[in-house]
Amino acid sequence: MARRGKDAGGNRRNFLKGAASGAAVLLANPATAPAQDVEAERRAAPSPSAQQAARETAPPPPRADVYITDRPGADFMVDVLKSLNFDYICANPGSSFRGLQESFINYGGNKQPEWLTCCHEESSVAMAHGYFKVEGKPLLVLAHGTVGLQHASMAIYNAYADRVPVYIILGNEQDANFRRADVEWKHSVQDAAAMVRDYTKWDDSPTSLTHFAESAVKAYKIAMTPPMEPVLIVANGSLQEEPMSDEDKRSLRPPKLTLASPPEGDSGAVAAAARMLAQAENPVIVAGRVARSQKGIQLLVELAETLGAPVLDRRFRMNFPTTHTLCNSGNLREADVVLGLEVEDLWFFTHDQTPINRMGMSNRSILKPGATVITISSEDLFSHSNYQDFGRYSETDLSLAADSEATLPALIDACRKIISTDRRRAIEERCKRLEARYQQNRDRDFDAAAAGWDASPVSTARLSAELWNHIRHEDWSLVSNTTFVSNWPNRLWDLDKHYHYLGGQGAYGIGYGAPAAVGAALANKKYGRLSVNIQCDGDLNYSPSVLWTAAHHNIPLLTVMHNNRAYHQEMMYLQDMASRAGRRPDRAQIGTAITNPNIDYAVMAKAYGIYSAGPIDNPNDLGPAIQAAIEVVKRGEPALIDVVTQPR
Amino acid sequence: MIGRIAFLCVAAVIAVTAQQNVAPAAGDAASGKVLFTKIGCYECHGYAGQGGAAGARIVPMPLNEQGMIRYVRRPSGEMPAYTGKSASDRELADIYAYLKSFPPAKKAKDIPLLDGIKNRH
Repeated sequence: MARRGKDAGGNRRNFLKGAASGAAVLLANPATAPAQDVEAERRAAPSPSAQQAARETAPPPPRADVYITDRPGADFMVDVLKSLNFDYICANPGSSFRGLQESFINYGGNKQPEWLTCCHEESSVAMAHGYFKVEGKPLLVLAHGTVGLQHASMAIYNAYADRVPVYIILGNEQDANFRRADVEWKHSVQDAAAMVRDYTKWDDSPTSLTHFAESAVKAYKIAMTPPMEPVLIVANGSLQEEPMSDEDKRSLRPPKLTLASPPEGDSGAVAAAARMLAQAENPVIVAGRVARSQKGIQLLVELAETLGAPVLDRRFRMNFPTTHTLCNSGNLREADVVLGLEVEDLWFFTHDQTPINRMGMSNRSILKPGATVITISSEDLFSHSNYQDFGRYSETDLSLAADSEATLPALIDACRKIISTDRRRAIEERCKRLEARYQQNRDRDFDAAAAGWDASPVSTARLSAELWNHIRHEDWSLVSNTTFVSNWPNRLWDLDKHYHYLGGQGAYGIGYGAPAAVGAALANKKYGRLSVNIQCDGDLNYSPSVLWTAAHHNIPLLTVMHNNRAYHQEMMYLQDMASRAGRRPDRAQIGTAITNPNIDYAVMAKAYGIYSAGPIDNPNDLGPAIQAAIEVVKRGEPALIDVVTQPR
Repeated sequence: MIGRIAFLCVAAVIAVTAQQNVAPAAGDAASGKVLFTKIGCYECHGYAGQGGAAGARIVPMPLNEQGMIRYVRRPSGEMPAYTGKSASDRELADIYAYLKSFPPAKKAKDIPLLDGIKNRH
């Protein structure tokens, strides 16, 4: 069967366009064609000639086969997407977006964005997730609207729960007449985005290039307005592959993008919050996803110092310098005013619940009676129902539906204006007490790190300390979550830049770590930063192929395995469950241990083309191995060290 | 009231310390080492009992043998409660002996690398 030709496509579009414009004229000017006028014109018109009559009534000539076009619709789609200034595309190739891929690499020159080869759609999205948290810009992800999106879905949920914008284009063939074979039916879907609509912010399935252009730009704007979330646009297959009409060639252009300014808190509410905070005896700030940038960190420091308020960092982002004496030196139980900034789990943080070793469930607030709770959060501006990432309802005394980083300057200003000299003295005294507590915490953490220092397997504290010893004089970026290594980097290292720590998965979906680290390292690459990934073994086994992506695209990244040879959290849960049931806990490794055989991650890395060392189980061997691997990374390559570690 | 509680705590610590000094562990440390892994103590407390985010540091063990067994049977925190069916007194005594067999733990100031990091040298 011949392809539909340029004329056919053009005529179809022109017919529809003409019909639509005719209807529009009639609607716009309903009184312009009264019936009597039409009849008069018909009478006055000359009769058609014999030649004209023959042309009108003869059968149409056979349609000429058209094999090529110099301007498929995908070219214009590329124009639109280039206007959004994406740096990279992450994609596993798929036939439903073959037109777009060809246009990106040829028409678009494979520059800005550059195409990155990913081996799994979950990696594509997680790379974009990690990239954004360093660079503050979304990456473009392309995937099949069916099987590719199914692969990507967990990573999209992670990004959604972590309030990270990922910009996703889905290939799909909406028009059944254009589906060429069984595979294209299996890869087509009526409503592609439906599957992930519960955990994305917006989507559209454009039916024309004009529609695509407007929706593509609108999607970017929506994704980048707090709370930031993933968005999807479906790129219809025939719209990608069929020629642009002459009219479209002449008239279409990418619409202008203007990002919305982040929503700032109402001035009256800001003033009220400032009064409560300024009068507090023991204010405490709880930081969720506050800082998007270095500016956000600086603003939070300013607020904390203005109030003399300790900052309890939920470690969802790099919010507050670990070197600051107000960092985690507070106690919620002592607070009379609590300020929660972008914390969706504030209830969990302010309540005790029945521990897992007891039956039933009860809970109580740990706050003092009468303590005032203030929240500033863009979480209040957007919600879905189905997935429960929004957390438990938290009672508050003042709630500002606003972006915290955007609101902090006004709040700081309002506080400064009303803090009297006497209050200032009290705040200085409080800061001295908090500094002493900060030092006590630091002493405690370092003595805890000394425990098991010489143990084999290697303690996670020793691993973290050895790593820090080798990177602390570099411009470094920790691109992995620290939850599974007892947060040792946050406790031992000096973190003060926004790229020093990126938080975690968002939805605790495992398989995020390795690809997000590669994505973050990609963002760090142009700044020459040393990216460091403490990589959980269970996580790596979801998408190990991202190591190949790192090698193929020369993404420098030091990966140090936290190889505890288990899905350890679940092993502990099994032990809990066995104990609750009054049974022996010595079978908890069934279904949770990753042993017999042990996985050789150094060999795995080599198979993907990456420098590697290990397995290392003697802690004294770790320092030299790190040093050697850093030299490789500084040459612009990824490297991996397999370290056999303690559980946490 | 606070003073009375503090006194009791101090007295208890003295009693525990005295008992630790006087009564050597009755259990079998080698057996305890195997059990420590087999029944999963290491999962939260680490192979060296060093503790972490999931479990308390238990080396050096601050309780005497009976105190530890009592705590294991009725823990006060998030630790699972081990009944006699989950771990016998004999097994817990062996684990206790294993925990007591560790050499004295180093302090951060005794480890040059850690001390250097702490003092930002």
